[in-house]
Amino acid sequence: MKYLYLVWSNLKRKKIRTILTLLSIMVAFMLFAYLGAIKQAFSQGVDVAGLDRLIVRHKISIIQMLPQSYESRIEQIEGIESAVHQTWFGGIYQKPSNFFAQMPVDPQEYLDMYPEILLSAEEREAWLATRSGAIAGRGIADRFGWKTGDRIPINATVWTRKGGERTWEFDLVGIYDGATDGTDTTQFLFRYDFFDESRQYGQGQVGWYTVRVSDPERAAEAAALIDAEFANSPAETKAEAEGAFLQGFADQIGNIAFIMTSIIAAVFFTMLLVAGNTMAYAVRERTNELAVLKAIGFTDRSVLGLVLGESLVITGIGGGLGLALGWLMVSAGDPTNGQLPIFFLPLGHLLTGVVLIGLMALIAGILPALQAQRLRIADALRR
Amino acid sequence: MTTQTPEIVDVQNVDKVFKRGSEEIHVLGGLNLNIPDGEFLALMGPSGSGKSTLLNLIGGLDRPSQGSVVIGGEKVNELSDRRLASWRARHIGLVFQFYNLMPVLTAQKNVELPLLLTKLSRSERKKRAAIALDIVGLSHRTGHYPRTLSGGEQQRVGIARAIVTDPTILLCDEPTGDLDRKSGDEILDLLQALNREQGKTIVMVTHDIHAAARATRTLYLNKGQLSTESLD
Repeated sequence: MKYLYLVWSNLKRKKIRTILTLLSIMVAFMLFAYLGAIKQAFSQGVDVAGLDRLIVRHKISIIQMLPQSYESRIEQIEGIESAVHQTWFGGIYQKPSNFFAQMPVDPQEYLDMYPEILLSAEEREAWLATRSGAIAGRGIADRFGWKTGDRIPINATVWTRKGGERTWEFDLVGIYDGATDGTDTTQFLFRYDFFDESRQYGQGQVGWYTVRVSDPERAAEAAALIDAEFANSPAETKAEAEGAFLQGFADQIGNIAFIMTSIIAAVFFTMLLVAGNTMAYAVRERTNELAVLKAIGFTDRSVLGLVLGESLVITGIGGGLGLALGWLMVSAGDPTNGQLPIFFLPLGHLLTGVVLIGLMALIAGILPALQAQRLRIADALRR
Repeated sequence: MTTQTPEIVDVQNVDKVFKRGSEEIHVLGGLNLNIPDGEFLALMGPSGSGKSTLLNLIGGLDRPSQGSVVIGGEKVNELSDRRLASWRARHIGLVFQFYNLMPVLTAQKNVELPLLLTKLSRSERKKRAAIALDIVGLSHRTGHYPRTLSGGEQQRVGIARAIVTDPTILLCDEPTGDLDRKSGDEILDLLQALNREQGKTIVMVTHDIHAAARATRTLYLNKGQLSTESLD
């Protein structure tokens, strides 16, 4: 610590250069944090998907429907604990840009399957008691200013009501919270029985099933048994882990993870050159001073440490500010107004950022530091 | 009966050869030098005669190609780089022609630099630096940065930095070379006082005959050899 003022004083030597370098590093790490949140959003919670949950969909495509009767047959398969169905509603609230997921589900089964959805006992009871009842996530409720008791009209794009009526009206009986940051709180869930009896066509059909297996280690085996059960039927199935299903959903847009990683890598490579250049200049213009330090008794190793310390301080401050700013921007919310329902900065990504700060400091500083370490006092003092 | 003053510097049969590409430049050849404790020695000689090279060898800033350099009983040319750095911190005070102060540090902090290598507390370092600055007459300029000090004042800070660890020997390379006559005389007064009043052994390289006159002995270096008389 007693050398810190020496490191700090050296950074103050060329204030503008130090500030510009700091700002560059800060922007790089801010982008790292923000793009990390976007990458996470596109993976749609793959990381938080239940290890003990499978998704069973139509073998041809997710938009092909499956019979509701499959539920009891799936539950009879060895290794399966329970199954719940979901169906994509795809309605519009007020205007098409107000995008969010709406799904008819069986309330009791659904809440049992997804314990990460936190709903009070009163709200749960109200939902079970109200056929036109619906619950909404805190994110979507806050976005539209909904509160319990509101009547929410949604225009159908697929599922018209009997008689051709497009408008469905639901009574909001509860607002749920997520148990973790990765829980999607932008869903609008309503009762399947109300939906099934009111829709114009498709009765007894569902979109897909979520299945809980009793032993996650044998999930692949259970998936194979499900697919075998419905092989050669009019609606063959494809069962897969929930994480893989969500990843496949995200990949429909493109390999977002690869694109984000490529952008971040390019930014970091550029920043490495900027920081390395700053450190190289800082050492080159101080050759004489470093020689004096060695002459008065500083060891080669302590001079190496001083230069690396400077690199660490400049990268640490810039990177730390960048991560903090990125975190603040992510905390301000989804920039797409609802297109990215899960938008948060995962702790793991933040920790990766901290490791990258250390790596950048080391890589940017190591060559100038070694140069300073190898400096021959008598030669340097003659310059 | 005469009292023998112990020798603090004992340079024996030292060669120093620099290599420039394939060419070898012999700067010092078979040089011997003994400096008794408490002596103020001036080293004179033409440019390129090896004065600074000899000073660097005595200070452990460089190593001889051959021969031995013994300072205060320690054969410094055989110490490892790490032990040599530690030895320099304890035994050598260096004063440079162009002061070589850290421009980003105040006079106080510049003087404290060698004390960072000790186990002294922050307050003790501050106290010792203040004493050193007081000795060189700059106790009123402790918070000033080098750029706000005159050349003479900067050299005084340089001397304070050199004496703050109470080294065995002070090595001064042209300490008045960048100063006007008045400031140079003040620096020489200071060095003389350190030698007479505190018994510091001083080796001073200089081109200035007036500066050399302040020393207790003057030696001339020419073509790698020492003599008591100038060849000019």
